[in-house]
Amino acid sequence: MEVCGGQTHTIARYAIEDLLPSEIELIHGPGCPVCVTPLALIEQAVLLALRADTVLCTFGDMMRVPGQTGDLFDARARGADVRIITNALDALSVAQDNPEREIVLFAVGFETTAPTTALTIKQASTLSLSNFSVLAAHVRVPPAMTLILDSPQCRVDAFLAAGHVCTVTGTTEYEPISGQYQVPVVITGFEPFDILLGIDSAVAQLESGRAGVENRYARAVRPEGNPVAQATVDEVFAVSDQSWRGLGVITNGGLRIRDAYAQYDATRRFDSVPSDIAEPTACRAAEVLQGLIKPNECPEFGRACQPEHPLGAPMVSTEGACAAYFRYRTHIEPNI
Amino acid sequence: MCLAVPGQILELATDEGGLPSARVKFGSVVRDVCLAYTPEAVPGDYVIVHVGFALQILDEPAAQATLALLDELPGG
Repeated sequence: MEVCGGQTHTIARYAIEDLLPSEIELIHGPGCPVCVTPLALIEQAVLLALRADTVLCTFGDMMRVPGQTGDLFDARARGADVRIITNALDALSVAQDNPEREIVLFAVGFETTAPTTALTIKQASTLSLSNFSVLAAHVRVPPAMTLILDSPQCRVDAFLAAGHVCTVTGTTEYEPISGQYQVPVVITGFEPFDILLGIDSAVAQLESGRAGVENRYARAVRPEGNPVAQATVDEVFAVSDQSWRGLGVITNGGLRIRDAYAQYDATRRFDSVPSDIAEPTACRAAEVLQGLIKPNECPEFGRACQPEHPLGAPMVSTEGACAAYFRYRTHIEPNI
Repeated sequence: MCLAVPGQILELATDEGGLPSARVKFGSVVRDVCLAYTPEAVPGDYVIVHVGFALQILDEPAAQATLALLDELPGG
């Protein structure tokens, strides 16, 4: 299983699966933060955006994920001030330029992105901004890998671990997983050749009966990761249980803003918390995210569900497995 | 979301909020990048950049080693 959606895209784009012997199957993992962000949180972002005094800042990927009352583009069409940013710090400039308005940064992402949100919160504190807060949905990869391995339906023999997550966290977090479950974990990059190196190491380990952590993305990943980034994340966030869309609540699967920074936590600042929201029933994203089915095995794939009118998040995000299949694997028939 | 791309530092700077930053060249595009997490980076270094933040300095010997493996491929 390749964990990261960026790797899934490389695999689909370069048709790497078609080049491999039939004994090797790539199972696509849950590594798309947009895809695993709970529907209730997306709806909360829409509700916050629709407040008259609020500006919602977020990354482009989040704009088209449908909530219960439409996506963030729909909210913008209804008058909401929603701004697409490419750097979390840009939200602070918006806050400084609009002191009479509430600025909410809707921040999702894995361990790669959490340091950028953490520093933005610290910087808001340094600048004494009183009109800035974060709706944060940061998730952690290792607990999700453990959940997949614990499932009775698990078909994973080896992991290609997400390279840029490890750029921040380092490689040691994966030692207990590899040891306990006797599963090879190969830190893998994102170029087609990186994917092949990852597969090469995973197969070599499996054939020799070994199971360890191996780093095939050493140009960007050091064993210790980035300690400065880790320390900042640890200062601002605490590890907590987190709901993953499609996977349910994962123990220690996410990060929550520490009490010391509570004033920057939008969930505590505003009381617009929607209750649990039912997922679209036709969408089988949950099974796709767990690697139980391929995107084209969903009856709606390429039919009712397309990037222009997605039913589920994996068809929206550029990193979603369904979008990758729709975009690149055009030779695959839907629902075979 | 975890997209991160390498770019080369042209010059160091400080952003409006006092954080270390740099002008970084990605192919033909130059962008401002926050260096708070790679404070030891200097002009000429390649950094891995994710949503405007440098997360690591690219390890050049490791990159060269991977390129050398690519050269070993038949027809490479």
